Amino acid sequence: MSSEKIDVRYVAKLARIALTDDEVERFGAQLGDLLEHVQALAELDVDAVPATAQVVESRNVQRVDAVRPTLDRETVLAQAPQRQGPFFRVPRIIAEAE
Amino acid sequence: MSETVSATAASITREVNAGRRSARDVTDAMLAHVDAVDDRVGAYLTRLHDLARAHADKVDARIAAGEKLPLAGVPLAVKDNMCLTGTRTTCASKILEHWVAPYTNTAVARMLEAGAIPIGKTNMDEFAMGSSCENSALGVTRNPYDLGCVPGGSSGGSAAAVAANQAAIGLGSDTGGSIREPAAFCNLVGFKPTYGRISRYGLIAFASSLDQIGPFTRTVEDTALAYDVMAGHDPMDSTSIDRAVESTADHLRTDLRGLKVGLVREFDTEGLGSDIHAVYKKAYADLEALGAEIVDVALPSAKYGLATYYLIAPAECSSNLARFDGVRYGLRVDANDVTAMYEATRSAGFGPEVKRRILIGTYALSSGYYDAYYVRAQKARTLIAKDFEKAFASCDLIACPAASSAAFPFNSKSDPYSMYLMDYYTIPMSLAGLPAISVPCGWVKVSAESAPMPMGLQLTSPIFTERMLLGAAHAYEQATKHAGLRGPAVGAA
Repeated sequence: MSSEKIDVRYVAKLARIALTDDEVERFGAQLGDLLEHVQALAELDVDAVPATAQVVESRNVQRVDAVRPTLDRETVLAQAPQRQGPFFRVPRIIAEAE
Repeated sequence: MSETVSATAASITREVNAGRRSARDVTDAMLAHVDAVDDRVGAYLTRLHDLARAHADKVDARIAAGEKLPLAGVPLAVKDNMCLTGTRTTCASKILEHWVAPYTNTAVARMLEAGAIPIGKTNMDEFAMGSSCENSALGVTRNPYDLGCVPGGSSGGSAAAVAANQAAIGLGSDTGGSIREPAAFCNLVGFKPTYGRISRYGLIAFASSLDQIGPFTRTVEDTALAYDVMAGHDPMDSTSIDRAVESTADHLRTDLRGLKVGLVREFDTEGLGSDIHAVYKKAYADLEALGAEIVDVALPSAKYGLATYYLIAPAECSSNLARFDGVRYGLRVDANDVTAMYEATRSAGFGPEVKRRILIGTYALSSGYYDAYYVRAQKARTLIAKDFEKAFASCDLIACPAASSAAFPFNSKSDPYSMYLMDYYTIPMSLAGLPAISVPCGWVKVSAESAPMPMGLQLTSPIFTERMLLGAAHAYEQATKHAGLRGPAVGAA
C-alpha cells in the first residue's frame, strides 16, 4: 500500500463531483488522514487469504421470464427534473457537427 | 392519552385486537403527542397525519371483520431511506429533498400489512453516513434524554422518535452500527439481524454488502414482534436469504442457563474511563448471575475493522450513489453539457460527508489502487469473519459495548475520524454479517452537573441464531431493567 498524496481533483472528476478550491484543500487533508489510518491493513499478511465480497450464503438468482406489473410510467416520469413526452430530457451529449 | 403513547407494541396490539381500543384512537393520541413534542426533538422529517389515520381506519375495519393482526394499531416511525408509496423519501439529502417514492420498501410493507401505523419518516445522517445525525441536510434531531446531545446515527431520527414516545417501533438501517449506536444513546433496544434476513427492496442503498434493516423498540419483546413480521425471503431482493425463519417472540427466555457468553480479550473497557468500565463489569457479572458461563475469546483482527470498513463501505457507496445524476429523479442543476450537469448536480446535492465517502471510495476502486486498498480490505474482512467463527466454537454469544461512550454534545466531533471511532465495537459484526443487538445496560454521567445518560450492551451470535440472541437479550433486560431508571427529558408520558 502506498501513502502517496491523493489527487483530489482527479478523483472528483472520476466521481463527477465539482469541488471548490476550499473543498479540494479540506477534503485532501481529511482523506489523507483517513488513508494514513487505513495503512494499518498493510501489517496484515493476507497473501493466502481469499477476499470476501459477501459473508452470508448467496447464489445467483434468476426469475421466470414473464411479464409482471411494473411501475407506472407517468408516476415515474412525473419525478423527472425535465421530460419530453415519454422521455427523460438531458442536456446535449454529442456535439453538433461543425 | 399519555398511557397510550408510552405503551409497548405488545400491549397496544393486545388491546386493539381485543377491541378494547381502536387503532384510530391510538393513532390520534400519537399524532397529537408528536405535534406537541417533535418541534423540540426533531425526530421526523415528514409527519404522515392523513396516511396514519387512513391506515388506522383500515386496521379497525379488519379487526371488526374478525382478523387478528400481529401489530394492530402499533405506531411506526420509518427512517427516511425507506420508500413508502406516495410519501417524500429524502435520505436527509438535498439531492432527494422533493422525491416522492413510487413504491414501498418490503419491510415497511410487511409492518403495515401486520397492522402498524405509519406516523412519519424520520431524520438520519445523509444517506446513512454518520454516527450522530449531524450530517442530515434537512434538519436537527436532538437526544430526548438531553437536548444538548446527539441522538446517535445514522438512524438517529427513528431512535429519538421511539425514545420520546413518538412511536412504539422505529425502523432503522444498520451498515456499521447505525441502529445499535443510536439505540444505546437513546436508552432503547436496537437490533441488526443477520445480513440478508430482512429484504432491502425499497431501501435506498449505501453499502450493499453491509446494509441491513432492523427495529428500535423500548423492550426486547417488541423487537421480537417486529423481527418476526419483517424477516424472511423476498423475491424482490435477490440478496435476501431463502431460508426458513425461526420465530422469536414465542421463545423469549428469563435466564441464560446452558449458554456460554464470550468476553472479547481485545475489547477491554478499562480505556473507556472508570464509570463506563464499571457499567460493563456489572453487565458481564449480571450475565453470569443469570446462569451464563463466561468464557474468554479472542478477536485479534477486530482492531482492523475500522480500516476495513472505511474502504469497503465508501467503495460500495461510490458505486451505489452514481445513480444520483440529475437525469431521472431528484435535484438537477442545469449546465451546458451533460457532464457539467452531473458535476454541478452532485456538487450541490451531496453534503460534505457524502462527498468525502464517494471520493475515498472512488479512489480505493480506481486503477492502480484497487488491489492495494479495496481487495486488501476484502481480505481483512475474511480474517475478521474467521475470528468470529473461531470464537463461536467456544461460546454461544459474545458480549461487548455497543458504543465507546454515551451520547455526546453537538459539534464535539469535528474531525471525521473521531466520529468514525464511535462504531469501533459495531463494525466487526457488520463485516461478518452477524446478528447483533444493543440493550440498555446502565447510565453514566458525562460531567458532575449533567443528568446520567444511557449506555448499551451489545450481544452478538452466529448467523441465523436470532431466536437464541433475542431470547438471551430478553433475559438480561428483564433481570436488570436499566431502561426504567429515568424517562426522557422531552416526550415523557
